[in-house]
Amino acid sequence: MAEKVLNKSFNSINIAKFRELGLLGFILLLSIMVQLRNSSFMTLENIDDMITNTAILSILSVGMMLVIVTRGIDLSIGATLALSGMISALTVKANPDLHPLFAILLGTLIGMACGALIGLVIAKTGVPPIIATLGMMNVFRGLTFMISGGKWVSAHQMSVSFKGIATSSIFGINTLIFIAIVIYVVFYYFINHTRTGRQIYAVGSNPESAKISGINNEKILCLVYTIMGALAGLAGVLWVSKFASAQGDTAMGFELNVIAACVLGGVNIAGGSGKISGIVLGALLLGILNNALPLINVSPFWQMAIQGGIILIAVITNALVKRSVDRNNLIWRKI
Amino acid sequence: MKEKNIIAKKEFNLKSFFFQWEWMLVLLFVVINIINTFLSPYYLDPKKLLDATMTFLDKAFIVLPMVFVIILADIDISVASTVALSAVVMAVSYNLGVPMALAIIICLLVGTLCGFLNGLLIVKFKELSAVIVTLSTMIIYRGIAYIILEDQASGKFPAWYKFLGWGYVGGIPFILIVFAVFAVVFGLLLHKTTFGRRVYAMGNNITASRFSGIQVDKIKVIVFTLTGFMSAVTALFLTSRMGSTRPNVASGYELDVIAMVVLGGISSTGGKGKLTGAIISIFLIGFLRYGLGLKNVPAQALLIIIGLLLIFAVMIPNLKFNFKKWGKVQKTS
Amino acid sequence: MKKVLALILAVIMMVSLLAGCAAPQPASTNTETQTTTTEQKPEAKKKFAFIFKNTGNPYGEKQMDGFKTAIEELGGEAILKAPDQPTAEAQIQMIEELIAQKVDCIALTGNDPDALQPALKKAMDAGIKVLSADSAVNAQSRMVHVNQADPERIGRVEVQAVVEMIGGSGEIAVLSATSQATNQNTWIEWMKKELEDPKYKDVKLVKVAYGDDLRDKSVSETEALLKSYPNLKGIIAPTTVGIAAAGKVLTDKGLKGKVQLTGLGLPSEMAEYIESGVCPWMYLWNPIDVGYLTGYAAFALVEGKITGKVGDKFNAGKLGDKEVIADGDGTQIMLGDPFKFDAKNIGEWKSVY
Repeated sequence: MAEKVLNKSFNSINIAKFRELGLLGFILLLSIMVQLRNSSFMTLENIDDMITNTAILSILSVGMMLVIVTRGIDLSIGATLALSGMISALTVKANPDLHPLFAILLGTLIGMACGALIGLVIAKTGVPPIIATLGMMNVFRGLTFMISGGKWVSAHQMSVSFKGIATSSIFGINTLIFIAIVIYVVFYYFINHTRTGRQIYAVGSNPESAKISGINNEKILCLVYTIMGALAGLAGVLWVSKFASAQGDTAMGFELNVIAACVLGGVNIAGGSGKISGIVLGALLLGILNNALPLINVSPFWQMAIQGGIILIAVITNALVKRSVDRNNLIWRKI
Repeated sequence: MKEKNIIAKKEFNLKSFFFQWEWMLVLLFVVINIINTFLSPYYLDPKKLLDATMTFLDKAFIVLPMVFVIILADIDISVASTVALSAVVMAVSYNLGVPMALAIIICLLVGTLCGFLNGLLIVKFKELSAVIVTLSTMIIYRGIAYIILEDQASGKFPAWYKFLGWGYVGGIPFILIVFAVFAVVFGLLLHKTTFGRRVYAMGNNITASRFSGIQVDKIKVIVFTLTGFMSAVTALFLTSRMGSTRPNVASGYELDVIAMVVLGGISSTGGKGKLTGAIISIFLIGFLRYGLGLKNVPAQALLIIIGLLLIFAVMIPNLKFNFKKWGKVQKTS
Repeated sequence: MKKVLALILAVIMMVSLLAGCAAPQPASTNTETQTTTTEQKPEAKKKFAFIFKNTGNPYGEKQMDGFKTAIEELGGEAILKAPDQPTAEAQIQMIEELIAQKVDCIALTGNDPDALQPALKKAMDAGIKVLSADSAVNAQSRMVHVNQADPERIGRVEVQAVVEMIGGSGEIAVLSATSQATNQNTWIEWMKKELEDPKYKDVKLVKVAYGDDLRDKSVSETEALLKSYPNLKGIIAPTTVGIAAAGKVLTDKGLKGKVQLTGLGLPSEMAEYIESGVCPWMYLWNPIDVGYLTGYAAFALVEGKITGKVGDKFNAGKLGDKEVIADGDGTQIMLGDPFKFDAKNIGEWKSVY
């Protein structure tokens, strides 16, 4: 029995590796095709633009992956992002001398509070994540409209240093990209090399046995949604700084993009599995699509269908690659 | 024989639990109606209340098959796009000279085909979850609608077509009657046929169902095809209400529909719930929105109220349930 | 357990019975008191509703403010509504709610020109006066339309502006809202017509891109325009989100003076870019005045001073006298010419709206 489980997990590691290779291959193929249509695609400037525009999506994907690993889903992040972005923008508007780091901290804390609230509701009362986050999505969105009074915070009301968060660079890398990289490194260590990180996967793959083996499931659930909220709050500040505007309907529907990035990156919606390297590729694929579709000079009315088609082909390619790997494994096991 | 017994027993247990849940929804429904009555002098007018059902029943058609989908522990987020695509194809084919009756059939066929395609992809590629498949087709279906109509609207339907969304039969809105018929059909299908029982069985344990000889794939495809068909029915009524159609119609319907189903006590982990719960929650949310709309509550407050209602409605019985479970754990230890 | 259940059931049934029997009474007394009050005071406040496209939009908030000011000046009651998402479906629902409330007049900025027709017809059949403002609904579903500015003027003036900025020749592009936005589509048609004039033979419209009024998409589309058309010299963005997003991209990429930007934008959103010179000037009208004029037109309709026929005249408060003129197969009331915002006057307007 133990051997079987071991074997199975061994296989799944293999599959995960192959799955990423398939996705990587697909991304490369796509890039070449786009490059053939428009030669400005593979320029340094465009790649810089593309990664900067994808940074926020990839930051959120990390949190969403953890949530999905625990068999949950978070539909509220677009609203959390808007709420924390709006509050920090209003704070900056009122205190122009505020240090940008404080704005980032404030946004992250607001997001964290929102996430913790969701986590508590889900962990303590057993409300299904889809309902809790759908409900909170409405609540946070409504609050954002109320706090802003229907007004936007515009570029001229924000201090130069605040707008500078998104345009400045650290060690020659744009700050947004730098923050995304830091988050990826931290979370790579966290989920692979810490006890709590591994517990998240344990809770996701089998909540019952996780409980029996002494893991506090409720604590893990709370933690996961709090992390998601904090990342959404951080993303809110970055969003407002990047676009130099805070609106009530900021990032409406953005949660679907984030979920798509995760699922494309091989995060299993039924919980228990998902890798950082996978979601990097998932976010990258979406980033390329958003960047390349306007570039390949097709009618804007075709963009949507092409985008959907590419996503479908990507996931089907993945499935087929996985299938052939499975078959190989079976043969290997027979021997 | 044995298999049937197990299922029957399981169902019985669930029934005793959800018995309370549906009544809880009814109670909530009554409370909301009382509050609305006191809030607005215009609320308690039978004719106006019947009229109000016309504004939210269009999406209710999708709720019925979505109950099946969610009992299967799957989800379909492409429904709104299916509505848009079938509405657009219907409008365009009518304006190309196809008779309206035929255009309606085309609309239903397009929706059915969309649903069938979803089902086929899901059973052919079991590695993919329904979320990712329907997420892709959601973008594709609406994308096709954009390709067909671009930035145009299409309409100018014959006068009788308006009857679907605005007509009355004996003072009762036609859409309500059609919905009632469909609700009964789906209720019978889910609760009185082997098909329905198999859907529950699959939601509880798909592997066990497969081994016990249920044609799992076939049932899944049928359920998703039904969802596509009902999305097309929604398209018929929505288009009739709007008099014309565009590629961006019905946006956001998928989340509304899923919220109604889950509020109705159909567990998103599959295998649990009754159709009546979902039907009550359609009217619950519908009348709540209508009542608050009569008080001209701002949209942002409406968002917050509906959001909190969703959470609390599901939370309160769960608190009790957890307490019971906790008690059991105490006893066994 | 069963006893508790039975008790709950009994209570529910009692409550619903009570609700069924008792509730109509307070409701009917309510309506009675209402009718009596209207009888006592024939000049009781009439109800004027305004439905905007969506909530949380500062442009719409200002329009609703203007409408409310006008209605209160005239002694009516203003009901302001806006759905949380800009869809026609949500507006249909609101129209039904307003019909049930027996309002005297519905003014709205349509999310779709045709899709509201059945609902608005129903309102008119119920004796409610219906007019559209800003974003028109088709002529069959309204009595009159309050136009913020002549779409032909808007389209032509923007092309003239961008041509002047780029010095008479070069490639230009349009960054619009969604492909379904009726206002923008009309303006773009007029831009294309203006460009047919032989004096623009050196000006080439290379692309109409759609930013969907989303910040992220508008930014991607602007970046793509700059890369796909390296010789691009000017961008027209006739939408508030689009023009601000384009201004941000041009600022960040240091393209001030190389690529010119104009269009329609909110002064508060655009102040930064107009002051810095990224966008030399742009146009808009005063949304407060649009709302204000709509309020006066609505009142005149309800009072029977105008019926929406060509030639009808009425007084619009501080805006002076206005006349109903023809518009295709319908009629409209024109607010005026689009207003030009440049570095000189943006300072005083940026705090207004």
